[in-house]
Amino acid sequence: MASVSLLSTKGLSRHFGGLKAVDNVDFTIIEGEIRALIGPNGAGKTTFVSLLAGRIAPSAGSIEFLGKDITDRPAHKRVRDGIAYTFQITSIYPTLTVFDNVALSAQSALRRHPGSKRSDIAEKAHEALGRVGLADRKGEKAGTMAYGHQRLLEVAMGLALEPKLLILDEPTQGLSDSEIESFCRLVKEIATSATVLLIEHNMPVVMQLADTITVLNHGQILAEGSPSDIRANAAVQAAYLGTG
Amino acid sequence: MRVIALHVGVLAALFLVQFVLPDYHHLALTRVMLLAIYAMGYNMLFGYTGLLSLGHAMFFAAGLYVAGMTAYYTDLGVPLAFLIGICCGAALSLVIGVIALRTTGVAFMIVTMMFGQVAYLTITYFTDYTRGEEGLTMPTSARSFDLLGLHVDLTNAVQRYNLALGLLALTLLVIFVVVRGPIGRVLIAIRENETRTLMLGFDTFRMKLGALVLSGTISAMAGAAYGLMFAYVGSTFATIQYSIEALLFTLLGGAGTVLGPLLGSILMFYMIDITSEYTQAYLLVTGVALVVLVLFFPKGILGTIRERWLPWLP
Repeated sequence: MASVSLLSTKGLSRHFGGLKAVDNVDFTIIEGEIRALIGPNGAGKTTFVSLLAGRIAPSAGSIEFLGKDITDRPAHKRVRDGIAYTFQITSIYPTLTVFDNVALSAQSALRRHPGSKRSDIAEKAHEALGRVGLADRKGEKAGTMAYGHQRLLEVAMGLALEPKLLILDEPTQGLSDSEIESFCRLVKEIATSATVLLIEHNMPVVMQLADTITVLNHGQILAEGSPSDIRANAAVQAAYLGTG
Repeated sequence: MRVIALHVGVLAALFLVQFVLPDYHHLALTRVMLLAIYAMGYNMLFGYTGLLSLGHAMFFAAGLYVAGMTAYYTDLGVPLAFLIGICCGAALSLVIGVIALRTTGVAFMIVTMMFGQVAYLTITYFTDYTRGEEGLTMPTSARSFDLLGLHVDLTNAVQRYNLALGLLALTLLVIFVVVRGPIGRVLIAIRENETRTLMLGFDTFRMKLGALVLSGTISAMAGAAYGLMFAYVGSTFATIQYSIEALLFTLLGGAGTVLGPLLGSILMFYMIDITSEYTQAYLLVTGVALVVLVLFFPKGILGTIRERWLPWLP
């Protein structure tokens, strides 16, 4: 099977004053894979995906998505292109209902299909809620739900955008063990219809889900490979454990 | 269904009440309805989009002055003057929006306030044409007009009342359709969390600009109608008090509710009206009432009712 590059960066950098948060990164993600992005705290993971999503502008380098240069494309247009970003800190609309939260995503996605009706929004929102298992909570105020459910809502909002690339920024943070287990099943299910880029600290989750792992350290790619390669990599161990 | 019934009911009540009101209150309510339109325009931006403007009097005054001066200096007639007033309000809000929406939060308040002051000072600067605080009184020729075979006499209190009511109904309909539809959902989303809304793929700047233009245009329509119906335009309408009044009406009735500004306008008007009969310190009474409101009912009257009892209230 020929692997198709979905998104790639060339020399991507972002400097904050003297700090090189992301430094000259060449990165490629293949269509259909689950890619994990790991690294110690402050390695530049969130900055890197923020560059991909267009939340911040790069200092240098370029980003290509589906063969087109999107380096200067504003964030909201990248979302329409198919890059969905879920926030590290749960960023839902707490005062709106669960349904309205997802309906906003659905509405955004449906603008790509001219001639869609208002009832399509509801249908699409229900479908996304069903996939994460929140269908029976659609009338609740999002902010009153348990934290784990709010994270699922965040993912549902990402799903309803019909992404080609779904970026999940530390999705299991703050979840209980049983919630993490069902979350992993969900990510695998999502991967059947979208490419997933996962930032994660929880190593068992990473090892279980990822097809490929990219390790970031000091803003640079330290290593890249299959879970077993990364586990055996001495440089990665050194970066994490501070020995070597 | 009950939502539509409620709004139609409110309009019907306003229609029927004119047959029982004494002259004084009849006139007062005409004024209040026009001010309510202004406040409803304000609420579009503040209540639904979450942008607090302190310069909205400039849009009201733009409608007021452009319509009034067109009627005063030209013989284009009242309907055309009214339309020109609205169009200038729309154009002004577009220009102001493009500049002011580069800021958010407190900076947006300050920028809009400064533009509001610029508008006020511009009006007083050209005193030769605007007559400044003394203002312009509309000539007799601008007190009546013929439109579509109907003769409308603006000195006739009954016709004035129903014209104001018609404009109020139109505004209510427009706002109702906008905020209950997909656009309203996005505006509320911007109010609640703009970054998230941008990351859902919405061009938040354009949405905010659209809301500001709609808001400014409605405010300008209220101003144009006010000047033409009551035959007077003056620079006091462009002062910051009028900007703040729209904010207070909206806060009192309930920001982000369709009927809140209307209720707030009526209550505030009568609160000042009644207390000023008893004391010269009527503004103190109003001030205390507002402090109590903000402390205990920060969501305003209808906002509180919606939160506690009627979650379906738009």
